[in-house]
Amino acid sequence: MNAATTIVIVLCLAALGYVAGRLRANQVAGNVASSLHSRPGYYGAFVAIFTALPALLVLAAWLIISPLVINSQVFDSLPQDIQALPDTDHALQMGKINSIAQGLAQLTPEDEARLKSGAVDMRSLLGEKGVAIAGEVDDYMPAAARKLSAMHSASELYRTGATILLAAAGLLWAWMQIKPRMRARNSVEAVIIAGLMLASSIAVLTTVGIVLSMVSETYRFFSSVPPLEFFFGTVWDPRFAAAGEADSAGQFGLIPLLAGTLYIAFVAMLVAVPIGLYAAIYMSEYAGQRMRSVVKPLLEVLAGIPTIVYGFFALTTVGPFLRDISAQIHGLAFGEVSSFIQAQSVLTAGFVMGIMLIPFVSSLSDDIITAVPQAMRDGSLGLGATHSETIRRVIFPAALPGIVGALLLTASRAIGETMIVVLAAGVAARLSLNPFEPMTTVTVKIVNQLTGDLEFTSPQTLVAFALGITLFVITLCLNFYALYIVRKYREAYE
Amino acid sequence: MNMMSEAAVEAAVGATAATQPPIKMQGRLVNVSYGDNQALFDVDLDVRLHQVTALIGPSGCGKSTFLRCLNRMNDTIDGCRVKGSITLDGADIYDPSIDVVELRANVGMVFQKPNPFPKTIYENVAYGPRIHGLATGKAEMDEIVETSLRKAGLFEEVKDRLQSAGTGLSGGQQQRLCIARAIAVSPEVILMDEPCSALDPIATAKVEELIDELRVNYTIVIVTHSMQQAARVSQRTAMFHLGRLVEEGATDKMFTNPDDQRTQDYITGRYG
Repeated sequence: MNAATTIVIVLCLAALGYVAGRLRANQVAGNVASSLHSRPGYYGAFVAIFTALPALLVLAAWLIISPLVINSQVFDSLPQDIQALPDTDHALQMGKINSIAQGLAQLTPEDEARLKSGAVDMRSLLGEKGVAIAGEVDDYMPAAARKLSAMHSASELYRTGATILLAAAGLLWAWMQIKPRMRARNSVEAVIIAGLMLASSIAVLTTVGIVLSMVSETYRFFSSVPPLEFFFGTVWDPRFAAAGEADSAGQFGLIPLLAGTLYIAFVAMLVAVPIGLYAAIYMSEYAGQRMRSVVKPLLEVLAGIPTIVYGFFALTTVGPFLRDISAQIHGLAFGEVSSFIQAQSVLTAGFVMGIMLIPFVSSLSDDIITAVPQAMRDGSLGLGATHSETIRRVIFPAALPGIVGALLLTASRAIGETMIVVLAAGVAARLSLNPFEPMTTVTVKIVNQLTGDLEFTSPQTLVAFALGITLFVITLCLNFYALYIVRKYREAYE
Repeated sequence: MNMMSEAAVEAAVGATAATQPPIKMQGRLVNVSYGDNQALFDVDLDVRLHQVTALIGPSGCGKSTFLRCLNRMNDTIDGCRVKGSITLDGADIYDPSIDVVELRANVGMVFQKPNPFPKTIYENVAYGPRIHGLATGKAEMDEIVETSLRKAGLFEEVKDRLQSAGTGLSGGQQQRLCIARAIAVSPEVILMDEPCSALDPIATAKVEELIDELRVNYTIVIVTHSMQQAARVSQRTAMFHLGRLVEEGATDKMFTNPDDQRTQDYITGRYG
């Protein structure tokens, strides 16, 4: 019986346990619900949990452990000379044996007879069955494959038996536990809380896993390129073409990328902060109920546009527009038409990214401004302050820490943005202060480095991890600082 | 509009003009509604100079609504409409020619919950004078702040920490800070909306004492749920019920010999 069927059976048992638990609870209470410690449903859930949970845990553990055990046992039974081969060959041999085992399971008795009589060899027979074997079938393999199959089917049998027995035992035990004063609710809630905890720890553990994998790759990168050269180098020239050759070291200077990232993010914030803040002030303080109900969702639609679409907008509309208008201006000023803003430039990327960030700034700030207690407004208005004085002198200062936090969160988004930059600012890693020229960012280079067909161990590829972790640390610091400020702000009112 | 003469009103409420101070604020036929809900019906009430007028009545009776009409704080509530006339020194405060900002500078307000701004104690008090340009220099501002804090009976307690946060004071101190803040713009009338409901008895006693002292210089209207407080601090009391003014008169009389059975019941705690 395969694992899925077993799970279905266990769940059926659990459902049965739920009903049985409820009935039993009602029965021991003499149908007087108030004499029970918990509501009858909790007793049902208690039985269901003790039926399903241990059984499913054992099943999961078995599914993980048994292939490991079986493989190692089969491997130990292989001839000595095979065991002496290097590790990479082991995997190959075991793969073949696995395939043969799969094929053998499909053979009919007639096929077996043909095989025994030597009328057909193993490889072509299995080929007929649709199981391709890579390479020749060595003599020792059929025996090992049969051993493997036998162990697998035995394991499956024991697994099914153990799981279902455990489920039944759990059901019975839990059912017998039911007494009027038994605290079923507490046990059920403890299990539910454990489930919730598991869900949250999965997110945390994943983050830790991501960081660890980046750290290990970054370490490998730094073993071929000195950290000082990476962090303080001013030239980005990874030399893709020459990768793998003797003088393929390349130069991995972070500075031009970091400068591009910060420059573009800065331009974006220059656009997004004033517009977003003014929008937020209008929305929270001046807009009427009807205006607000129309404009706020519209602004938030902006936040839902995929960034690649902003990229198109930059590439096909904003970039050419800025280039043409700069040509016109140049023509008017010097009589000679030549565009000083390139179609792909820091300005284009920053501007479009700023548009993208407006809804983040305005939505977060709007919430923060609205959260300033009405009492503050009343206090100020009651002293004869005008609406604008109240906003400027009371509401805005009170909301400021929160707004700063919101802006830092927005900035970390700007720093992590990729698609707009690829399309709007190009991929040229340059160190320049001129906003009218192309520059590029850390994220764009990460994409560049990882999408080549270089071998994974070359510094050209590994540098992506070093870039990634640098970016991660920067945005992490920004987010931490933002959260710190936001938390401090909350304390001010409570 | 059905405007009664001052004398007629005084005859109606059983007082004589000779023994009464002049009228500072006067409401006539005040009707207030929030959307479709009418909160006040035809309220006629006088607030007299240098007196404390207490507004009492069960929750939801409209006393806070009336109070907020006196400096047009109801303007800030969406869907609130005020009809009838309310005058300050004879001038209709709902007249389009009246600047609401100026009105609120003249008719200050202290709220139920202490609401100091998240600024320093000094800046809290200096806020009003600053926006109205009442002080020309730092020295003058210092003086206004000190005088206001003194009048609010808070100066001795906070003189060493004027630059610390106003929100760090105790509840009673915060409320007195809010009173100092209101005094600092030199209003003529101070409206207080249950100023002691968030305070403990000791802080309440201090604020009540303060109200009594402030009466000398200001005209005060106070909304309160505490009968004892109304009896202790006010000279005149107005009883509201279900949006109507039930009875108004000298506090002594209201608490010893009210005309209306509902007032009698409310004051003696039989309902409300």
